[in-house]
Amino acid sequence: MRRLLRKRPALGMALLSGVSTAVGIVIVLVIDWFPAQASTASPQIDTLWDVLMIASVPIFVLVMSVALYSVFAFRAEPGDLSDGEPIHGNTRLEVIWVTIPFIMVSALAVYGWIVLDDIEAKQTDPLIVNVTGQQFAWRFDYPDEGKVKSTQLMLPKDRDVEFRVNTDDVLHDFWVPEFRLKTDAVPGLTTKIRLKPSRIGEYDVVCAELCGIGHSTMRAAVRVVTPEDFDAWIAKEQQSEGDGGAAAAGGDEAGAGRQLFTDTGCNRCHTLADAESTSAVGPGLDDLTANATAYGKEAKQSPEEYVKTSIEDPGAFVVPEFEDGIMPADYAEQLSPEEIDTLVKYLLSVSSQDKP
Amino acid sequence: MTLYAKFMGPGWYRAAISQPLSLAFAVGLVAAVRTLYGYDPVLDGDAITTVALIAMPLGFIVGIGCFDYWFRWASGAPTTPEDHSGHGAKTWKDYFKVNTDHKVIGIQYIITTFLFFILGGLMAMVIRAELAQPGTQFVDPNTYNGLFSVHASLMIFLFIIPVFAGIANYVIPLMIGAPDMAFPRLNALSFWMLPTAGVMMIASFFTDGGAFATGWTAYAPLSTETPIGQQFFTIGVQFAGASSIATALNFLVTIITMRAPGMTFWRMPLLVWANFTTSLLVVIATPFIAGSQFFVLLDRSLGTHFFDPAAGGDVLMYQHVFWFYSHPAVYIMMLPGFGIVSEVISTHARKPVFGYRMMAFSLVAIVILGFTVWAHHMFVSGMFDWLRVPMMITTMLIAVPTGIKIFSWLATLWKGVIHLTTPMLFALGFITMFTLGGISGIILAVIPVVIHVSDTYFIVAHIHYVLFGGSVFTIFAGLYHWFPKMTGRMYDERLGKLHFWLSFVFFNLTFGPMHFVGVDGMPRRVADYADQFATMNALISVSSFIFGLSFLVFLYNMITSWRNGPKAAANPWRAHSIEWQVSSPPPIFNFDEIPTVVGGPYEYGVPGAVHAVFGDKKAPVKGAPAPAGGGGAPPPTTE
Repeated sequence: MRRLLRKRPALGMALLSGVSTAVGIVIVLVIDWFPAQASTASPQIDTLWDVLMIASVPIFVLVMSVALYSVFAFRAEPGDLSDGEPIHGNTRLEVIWVTIPFIMVSALAVYGWIVLDDIEAKQTDPLIVNVTGQQFAWRFDYPDEGKVKSTQLMLPKDRDVEFRVNTDDVLHDFWVPEFRLKTDAVPGLTTKIRLKPSRIGEYDVVCAELCGIGHSTMRAAVRVVTPEDFDAWIAKEQQSEGDGGAAAAGGDEAGAGRQLFTDTGCNRCHTLADAESTSAVGPGLDDLTANATAYGKEAKQSPEEYVKTSIEDPGAFVVPEFEDGIMPADYAEQLSPEEIDTLVKYLLSVSSQDKP
Repeated sequence: MTLYAKFMGPGWYRAAISQPLSLAFAVGLVAAVRTLYGYDPVLDGDAITTVALIAMPLGFIVGIGCFDYWFRWASGAPTTPEDHSGHGAKTWKDYFKVNTDHKVIGIQYIITTFLFFILGGLMAMVIRAELAQPGTQFVDPNTYNGLFSVHASLMIFLFIIPVFAGIANYVIPLMIGAPDMAFPRLNALSFWMLPTAGVMMIASFFTDGGAFATGWTAYAPLSTETPIGQQFFTIGVQFAGASSIATALNFLVTIITMRAPGMTFWRMPLLVWANFTTSLLVVIATPFIAGSQFFVLLDRSLGTHFFDPAAGGDVLMYQHVFWFYSHPAVYIMMLPGFGIVSEVISTHARKPVFGYRMMAFSLVAIVILGFTVWAHHMFVSGMFDWLRVPMMITTMLIAVPTGIKIFSWLATLWKGVIHLTTPMLFALGFITMFTLGGISGIILAVIPVVIHVSDTYFIVAHIHYVLFGGSVFTIFAGLYHWFPKMTGRMYDERLGKLHFWLSFVFFNLTFGPMHFVGVDGMPRRVADYADQFATMNALISVSSFIFGLSFLVFLYNMITSWRNGPKAAANPWRAHSIEWQVSSPPPIFNFDEIPTVVGGPYEYGVPGAVHAVFGDKKAPVKGAPAPAGGGGAPPPTTE
């Protein structure tokens, strides 16, 4: 038997590899690898995975067949002190096993790139959801849906959603396994995920980046519901928040501005007595009206324009003794124009000489 | 010896005295500086700890005697003439002294790193015990986070990287026909810095707030905010890194300048090539992790804002700098293993390494490509989008040189005369699992898939397939292969095979299922998990305990064989490379006469081929009948 195998190694190898490859491919395709597919990205990524698996099986089978076959066919008899054939190389073979893997990985890279482009494609009129991580909880707010805030993530089925992910403290990672997508929440940055929920159900947001003692408990509920249920939920939340929020903020425009000032994190750098913030990383804002008038004059801007520019493009004018590049430059993206207007009005009202 | 001389001369007494002195220095320095600045309180525990973490290891290294010669030389005092009293080991006690013999240092490295391997392994056992069922059973989440952080740090910085340095320390000078390393005193210093790093990392468990708990990656800003235990990692890594860099420089100079006459680069065994390329990686990359940890140290201790975005810091910068080392570090942990496997397969399959030059070139290609892929660890980090696709492509391209190596090993096996010795089994096991780890590595380059599986157990599975199934299996292969050379004894082949089969089977049962739970949605670095993963985790834990126990077979085999094993011949494997042409263990200065290299290192099956000859003997004429046993140089005169 062994002599036969030694004589016709190529045939034995081919048989062994062919059968094992077929079996292997069936196995990797039968295995239920993933959780449910709850976003339109899920099937694309799962198919990409299947292709990767199908490409991997023959490689592994080839390596294993040659190794096992060699051990079986070329194993030394006890006491055999001979040497093998002094084969030093074979240029043709070496060219082949450089070229084929090169082509394979190139093809897979191109395919991966296409899928990536697809799942990150621009969306039309997405629902914006701001996601904020903090040790060890998630909050969500819906800036375009009446600024509803929630600690559970409610999403309408079949609508594009853009998540804008932030963190209050250390790194976190926003991940819903059923959606297949994740991104780190990075201090000082807003990261984004775009997706379209495609399956009604209840899932979990999982924090996937080690964030401290409570990392493994940092979860939040996700509910994908019908658009009607979603609208109903928004309306209900708006109402209850309207009540609660109005009570907390005094029900006036200044209350909304103060809320925005704190929620956006302005308070973490700027001193403002009205919002009870005392940080001195950036310029203090208690004398903003006077300063804005003065600096605005230099730039030929009204105080309102000056404040607005300073929020949207902090590098345009840097207050003396402060450094450029410290203030995040993405507030124009983070906040809606209305929000920025609210903020501008609020800041100027609470810092004016004759403030209430 | 007078008491005075005992305490003033290099050694453990002086090292012991250095510790309270260094601590006193730390207290004094902190008190002085804080008084000058008018800080209150004058004695700050964290500040003292930080200074002591730098002063005490330095005190130890000076105390044990690594600097005596240099200090005398630098101060103009007469240096002690080199009497070689610190060279070679006559009793076991010599292994506890500063020694300049590369063979002694090699053993020191291997034993020390295996102690840390055992400690890191025990931590893994506790981790698996905790994860055996959902909920909290044995350790609280903070301790849990500390356990996996210290486990990974010990395995990477105190085991895999330095144990390869240890094996290479022993073998490389012998392989290239050199009497020792180029800088024997630097070599000793490299070794003695290492245990200080390990002791520091373990000591962090006893601090207020527990061990450092931010993973071995120590991502900022978590690492700049956590309790003082983190400092033990931040500074410990500096000592491990310095040790690593010094050794790598030593290897580079040794390999470049001290090869025996006739040993051209194309006649170097592939293990020498592997260590040459690894050393390049170490020297270029390691300063980056030192930098990343210095940033953290400064943020923690001096109030800088490298990673505080509110003050202009950049959190992602940490990850870029960190991975610019830590991805090449993966190859630092793998290339020496490639070298070992080439030696083992060629020798035990009795065939020349197939495509020797391509094997060497592929090492160089991996070194170069290895520096162009770091950001594939950051596909979901929020870094700029455009960097992802280029990094995906370079990452996948690494499959090409890695594939060359795997296919060439297979071709080396083909039509060989395969002896299934324990080192050969481990080399074959390595090929199996490294292929799997390589395939999951390709999958982990494809961005859309990574977006789902990053930070899951799929990653845990991948790195253990690459670092345990890959690196550690090659370490076992190498240790069994050179055990006769290092100890002069043979190990027990039956126990060796038992060790292989137990670890091969239970390794796969431990880490294989992690692929599935990872893809199915279980994040890594969690002390607790959803009930849906309970069954798999129970299986993983049980397998891991048996896997852990299999190590005892290895330990028993090594200890009993070293004490009582049958005496080993100079060349039990009938290998051609030079280290096998001297006695087992080799003479104190390696060679009574320097060998002359006359051919390639793997000319198995070529009649009469010899890699090196000793003394004035001419190389045998080509075509002359091969000496009994299939070649190799004539027995050295030292036997």
